[in-house]
Amino acid sequence: MADWLEAVKERLGDSVLEDLEFRGEYTLVLDKSSLPEALEVLRREFGFDCLVDLCGVDMGVDQEPRFYVVYHLRNMVTRAQLRVKVGLRDGEGIPTACSVWPGANWMEREAYDMFGIEFEGHPDLTRLYLADDFPGHPLRKDYPTEGYDFEE
Amino acid sequence: MKTVAEHTERRTYTLNMGPQHPSTHGVLRVILELEGETIVDAKPVVGYLHRGTEKLAESKTYQQVSPLIDRLDYLACPAYNFAYCLAVEKLLGIEVPPRAKYIRVILAELARIASHLIWLGSHAMDIGAVTVFLYTFREREVTYELLEMAAGVRMHQSYFVVGGVRWDLPEGFIPRLREFLDILPSRIQEYENLLTKNKIWKLRTEGLGVLSKEDAIALGATGPMLRGSGVEWDIRKVYPYSGYDEFDFDIPTGKNGDVYDRYLVRMEEMRQSRRIILQALEKLPEGPIHAMEGKLYFPDPDWVRGEHKDIAALIHQFKLVVEGFHPPKGEVYQSIEAPKGELGFYIVSDGSPKPYRLRIRLPSLMNLQTLPLLSRGHKVADLVAIIGTLDIVLGDVDK
Repeated sequence: MADWLEAVKERLGDSVLEDLEFRGEYTLVLDKSSLPEALEVLRREFGFDCLVDLCGVDMGVDQEPRFYVVYHLRNMVTRAQLRVKVGLRDGEGIPTACSVWPGANWMEREAYDMFGIEFEGHPDLTRLYLADDFPGHPLRKDYPTEGYDFEE
Repeated sequence: MKTVAEHTERRTYTLNMGPQHPSTHGVLRVILELEGETIVDAKPVVGYLHRGTEKLAESKTYQQVSPLIDRLDYLACPAYNFAYCLAVEKLLGIEVPPRAKYIRVILAELARIASHLIWLGSHAMDIGAVTVFLYTFREREVTYELLEMAAGVRMHQSYFVVGGVRWDLPEGFIPRLREFLDILPSRIQEYENLLTKNKIWKLRTEGLGVLSKEDAIALGATGPMLRGSGVEWDIRKVYPYSGYDEFDFDIPTGKNGDVYDRYLVRMEEMRQSRRIILQALEKLPEGPIHAMEGKLYFPDPDWVRGEHKDIAALIHQFKLVVEGFHPPKGEVYQSIEAPKGELGFYIVSDGSPKPYRLRIRLPSLMNLQTLPLLSRGHKVADLVAIIGTLDIVLGDVDK
């Protein structure tokens, strides 16, 4: 495991719930209560100045946590890459990362659009792709690909 | 007596540009807040071409997803299949044979040239230099002819499959490609003669849409947008994939981060792509075009129903079609340097033959996010040049 990752884990302490390595990629699962400070620490102290990607994942209707918000971070100097995941229950909000990386804006709007995840403090939390009156959040696992009853 | 200024009040007004507008490159809508002709604020509205690729992918097997992917950026299809296949291969933990790697590099770089040619033609036409468009389409036609020779179709080739390429390059492909590469530098020079030192072109593009290094990184701009701002960053160099570390090429960068610099960067990138293809042709190894491990490849039709009919091959084909292959549980992120910027695929696998979650990190979408910043304070006519310099394709913005 890389040295910088050890330092990150030590710095974030108890807020790291889990750390995983798969195919040479590092993942940290963080506690929601540590946000947005933990992200700010990653950017300022560990140089993760680029938010490559932010997305939601639905783990399934009966799963706990149901959703993950996944951040792909990159240090443009050392070229280190880190994936950060934060688990959420259904209906639970998460602090926005817009203040840390302005580029998170549209990606958070997309996650809101597709999963209904509320990003607290987001400057303009509206749907990105779908129409404002679109029913439901299509990337949720309980949203069927076909035969959806819009009456419900 | 009151003057006119005292009678009237000054206020901004809102103007809708698009979604049906010739210079928004598709169905992009921009809500402009104007003061006279000066842009106070611009708000892009996207989603008119949203096709739900990510949702669709969750109900298809890994092979079935491939044709959806090259419909994202329909101007550089091979690059998109390339990234997707690399991501699935990373998940599976397999290595593609060298010949397949080189063939992929050749076609992906050809796609970069094709994409940049369209960008150049339409960008120049938006600003008023219509001639360039006619010239670039002449060369672009050859690139599509070449892609058709390799894959059988001009667009949406899906020529790259998980584990390798669908079939080997046909006879006559390499001589035709060499012929094209021989004339390409003189043709790029031809475009440059029309634009690079053209006074009108420079007046329209210099100092316009300036993106600083810091803003580019913070907003997640990638590709020529990032390099135009002076950041030497290219995924092909930084995280080499598919044997890019074996090629010798330069990363062009700009100084001022304006529209003109990004134009220069993209022009140079075409020349660098040509260099890469020439090296790949020089070193093109013989050998298999598909990874044999993992049983991902459809067996030769001859083994399934021809002379060498074999029950094992038939079962293998049947299982691949009906069920697909089972990657391990886990999640991977793989990105490539697509013509428009960083294209990434994040796959969450639950071990089934269908991706549990397929997230696509689109370069055009992230680059478009810089539009309000780039256009503030400029005139409406300049917005057309700024949209052009972003090099967006709405299929790639809207997913």
